[in-house]
Amino acid sequence: MILRQLAIEIVQVALLIGLSPLFIGWVRMLKCWSQGRSSAGILQPYRDLAKLFAKDVILAENASWIFRFTPYLVFGTAVLAGGIIPILSVDLPLAPTADVIVLVGFFAVARFFTALAGMDIGAAFGGMGSSREMTIASLAEPAMLMSIFTVSLANQSTSLSYIVQVICSGQSVLRPSLAFAFLAFVLITLTETGRIPVDNPSTHLELTMIHEAMILEYSGRHLALIEWAGMMKLSLFVMLGIACFAPWGIASGVGLMEIVTAFIAMTLKLGLVAFGIVLIETGLAKMRLFRLTEFLGTAFLMATLGMLSFYILE
Amino acid sequence: MSIEPVNIASSSIALLFLLVALAAVLRRKQHALIAVCSLVAGLASLLSVMAGVWTVGSNITGQVILPIGLPDLPFHLRLDPLAGFFLTVIGLLSFFVSVYSAGYLKGFLGHRPVTRLVVFYSLFIAGMFMVVLADDALFFLVSWEVMAAASYFLVMFEDERPENRRAALLYLVVAHVGAIAILLSFGVMAGITTGFESFNGYTFDAMRQAKFPVAWATAAFLLSFFGFAAKAGVVPLHVWLPEAHPVAPSNVSALMSGVMLKTAIYGIVRVTFDLLKVFPWWWGAVVLVFGLVSAVMGVLYALMQHDLKRLLAYHSVENIGIILIGIGLAMIFTSFQLPMLAALALIAGLYHTLNHAMFKGLLFMGAGAVLHATKERNMEEMGGLIHRMPWTAALFLVGCVSISALPPFNGFVSEWLTFQAFLLSPALPNPLIRLLIPLGAALLALTGALAAACFVKAFGVTFLGHWRGRHNPPVHEADWYMRSGMLMAALTCLCLGIFPTIVIDWMDIIPEQLVGSKIAATAGAYGWMWLTPVAPERASYSGPIVFVGFVFIFAVVYLILHVRAGKIHRRPIWDCGFEKINERMQYNATSFSMPIRRIFGFPFHVKELVRLAPQSAHAAFPKQLHYFLRVRDRFWGWVYKPIIGASFWVSRRIGNLQRGRIQTYLIYSFITIIILLVFTR
Amino acid sequence: MNLHAIAQINSFLAALVLLTAFAMLVQRRINGLIHLFAWQGLFLSVNTAMIGFVASKHHLYISSLLTLSLKVILLPYILHVLIVRLKIRKEVETIMNIPLTMLIGIILVIFSYHLTAPVRELSSLITRSTLAVALATVMIGLLMMITRKHAVTQIIGFLAMENGLFFAATSATYGMPLVVELGVALDVLIAAFIFGIFFFHIHTTFDSLDVEQMARLKEGD
Repeated sequence: MILRQLAIEIVQVALLIGLSPLFIGWVRMLKCWSQGRSSAGILQPYRDLAKLFAKDVILAENASWIFRFTPYLVFGTAVLAGGIIPILSVDLPLAPTADVIVLVGFFAVARFFTALAGMDIGAAFGGMGSSREMTIASLAEPAMLMSIFTVSLANQSTSLSYIVQVICSGQSVLRPSLAFAFLAFVLITLTETGRIPVDNPSTHLELTMIHEAMILEYSGRHLALIEWAGMMKLSLFVMLGIACFAPWGIASGVGLMEIVTAFIAMTLKLGLVAFGIVLIETGLAKMRLFRLTEFLGTAFLMATLGMLSFYILE
Repeated sequence: MSIEPVNIASSSIALLFLLVALAAVLRRKQHALIAVCSLVAGLASLLSVMAGVWTVGSNITGQVILPIGLPDLPFHLRLDPLAGFFLTVIGLLSFFVSVYSAGYLKGFLGHRPVTRLVVFYSLFIAGMFMVVLADDALFFLVSWEVMAAASYFLVMFEDERPENRRAALLYLVVAHVGAIAILLSFGVMAGITTGFESFNGYTFDAMRQAKFPVAWATAAFLLSFFGFAAKAGVVPLHVWLPEAHPVAPSNVSALMSGVMLKTAIYGIVRVTFDLLKVFPWWWGAVVLVFGLVSAVMGVLYALMQHDLKRLLAYHSVENIGIILIGIGLAMIFTSFQLPMLAALALIAGLYHTLNHAMFKGLLFMGAGAVLHATKERNMEEMGGLIHRMPWTAALFLVGCVSISALPPFNGFVSEWLTFQAFLLSPALPNPLIRLLIPLGAALLALTGALAAACFVKAFGVTFLGHWRGRHNPPVHEADWYMRSGMLMAALTCLCLGIFPTIVIDWMDIIPEQLVGSKIAATAGAYGWMWLTPVAPERASYSGPIVFVGFVFIFAVVYLILHVRAGKIHRRPIWDCGFEKINERMQYNATSFSMPIRRIFGFPFHVKELVRLAPQSAHAAFPKQLHYFLRVRDRFWGWVYKPIIGASFWVSRRIGNLQRGRIQTYLIYSFITIIILLVFTR
Repeated sequence: MNLHAIAQINSFLAALVLLTAFAMLVQRRINGLIHLFAWQGLFLSVNTAMIGFVASKHHLYISSLLTLSLKVILLPYILHVLIVRLKIRKEVETIMNIPLTMLIGIILVIFSYHLTAPVRELSSLITRSTLAVALATVMIGLLMMITRKHAVTQIIGFLAMENGLFFAATSATYGMPLVVELGVALDVLIAAFIFGIFFFHIHTTFDSLDVEQMARLKEGD
């Protein structure tokens, strides 16, 4: 039994590592189609990563050990987070290791060290990216916490496996508190994964870079690890949202049929979410940095309304 | 006679007084003095740690009545688990700092004698131990004064500079305003205990038995909270902290920030939970609100600083706020008769006390090493130190990661526990509080994120990049004593983060005595590896597995990639192909915090002026750019300046009584004689 | 449909009404404001129809239809025509920044929840918990009127207040008597026409609809 659980855990992590570039490829493909361009194919992220791994690493002369350590740490936190979120099954041996707050902590570690790596080289771009990233993160944290608070209020727990089980076994579908918390979560996801309208993931213009500015000096396998971790982060946030708000289909045990159903459900949901992401990215324009206060303030507002409507309306 | 922990603690205090005597003897031989100081102070601290750990672990309470004190009012000592916990915290950091001082004090040799420093250093630590052990109001206040006076002289150690003297004076004034409030509070409590009849109410034992009417209890609570808040640096009584902590020698700053502020927390917990015992919910709300305000304001102030030690001092304000949040929540839960939730909140607050002592001590020791090496406190003149001081940088990084509450280090555990305490607030019966407490949780999250931003700034600007200053002094790494002190503190941070269940198991007796419930009944129930404060379905965290997970994945990925690794080439900075980059183009502390200053700057008085001096030919390409930034604390203008003005006005009026003419004084004596004759007829 | 499901849908619609009220508070464009007002009216009329069905008060169907025709179709159309005719600038100007307004809105919601607590204890209707939302909508409408500089946006704030009052009536007592409803609806329609006339006058006199300009009308100097 324990071997079965361990096997599911390893399969889940391997799927996350292996298939998150596919998800990003699908999102990019949809974006191209919606903008009337022809796409590079759904497997392009794999080709990009392979190219980067094959190249040599060029380090700045004054890069310290923090610069070299960060890509491995960022990749490691993404993998660890993947072992905790219930993607295929609730019955994971690593699930009690961390709850939602610890998950937020993992992403915070990755962000801290990426910001340090940005400041390490001593060029102006890195410092700019770090400064902006930490500011946006500090605005997003209250909203994220409020959203988690609302979800945990509704489900009496912050442990993800337990939340999934409660929602799957409950009857009420239409809960305004969770609807508000979901809206807030969407806005937070856009912020944390650096999509439009917060940050443009494919830009290299100085005025518009945030995440890209911090990793500007990376090359070769280091850059490949960081890019891969970024792709995994998007998939992780989407799966976190699915686990908290729409977890029907996730297996509650380790039976083979259940796992296969969970896998099919997951692919379907990811496919649909990609449509949502592309709709938002194509429909909105990137906001200037100081407008993000309103954007994240709205997210905080939504989450607080969710918490209030839990007490008022439920 | 069997040895009890209280005897061990008393002997450690005696050792420290011995050190004072030794310092007088050894004042000619400064090298020997430094060695003896570290040795004896370290030994005394270790003894206290032993006493504290033993007390808490075995739930022993020992009492001693000293033969000294006022006639008929001897000093009482008592070592119970709460005191033992604080004794451990103080002793642990004092030990690390004593080892560190062996290296740090050598920097003063040849410039000034360190005799004064050694004498007051030992008195300071002895004073803190005595405060924690005191069991009556008189002894408590005497030790409080010893602690305050010793730290005043330590802050004034480099007294040739006027700003140091000014900072020390400010510290002394605020400390004494607080001490008066504490004195009055004890007076109220002692008076109620005996009905204002005799002096016997001054012992804490007597106060524990007494029942206080609500109005008097409220008065006592408010006075003692005001007094202890002044010492702890709670907003708005925080103004002395960022002045006094930076000017003191760094080992003293580490102790002041790390453990002196905690004696105030000890006082609040002792008075509220142990002496007053029964209280309405709004006391807890007051503590919670002040905690939240201090946390947010403290971190915002810290973000505006570019002096490394001032930044760390403001972060102490923030962390005291976080501790008060935990204690306030515990008070609210207690007043609604929810002992298990109160125990969780209290453990969160006390755990953060221990954590803060460790990582703040580590950070100040690191800042001291940097100051020692570069003679510079301004971050904007530093940079690139990670290459020249690798050990200091790595250990300072451990401190930064811990204080930013990142897993798997210790800051994360206490913040996680505080969040879990917040998430339990739906159990409260009062609907209005239930709605408002989650907003407090959101503010705590904001504080955590801003703290992380601030420490990216602090570490990045000081240690990373290139040297930003104009002169390039020869910078050497800290010596082995300083490194060992910091290393031990860093290892403690890591262990506190990875093994929280063991620590909580040890500490659990304290909430049982104070609020009536333990939490480790469920905390370790899932095994020692998982921290489950309420129930496993509710929330769980495993420090060791997270740590092992990080290390494992890092190792695996590194090994996979290095099997057929390509070479690493070192080249000049790419910077998108911009060739003429120089070190003045880096981000420094002011620029890093600019977005935050724009967004969150409204509580401050920010004056920012930019002036371009254009070239004659091309107006678009300026020759020079003048930038002026001043960030001022609004509390000076609103609170302190009016009070200072008012007190000067009053003193001038009273000063009119002394005119210097003999006739006036004779008239005063004459009037007094007449009044006495009238009243004693 | 069972009572539990109805109660859930009622709560959900109440949440949507609150959401539209806040969205109007943070909206930066006048067209968006009008659309949000229309959506709020739609949610209200659906809610009223549902309550009418559950409580068997058939006059609520008429109220619902009135709300639909007036607030979802007619009034937005009138406002839209006004904006086009007067060539009003499409942006909303506020006297304080948006995060601060949002924070005050949240405090108002908490306050109205605290205020309506006694009513919740006493009432036996399935809509008792939505009274707090209704009161909050009224207060947010007033907040909108205070923090906006432009006359059209102030009108929308006034209409949002009226929405809130209507919602409060439905939650507290299952709707007002039909005569009262008809009277209120007629008043709102007349008010809209009169506002239109006044706007033309103000615009011709001051060449703008910025209410700050009206400070010129004060007595002293």
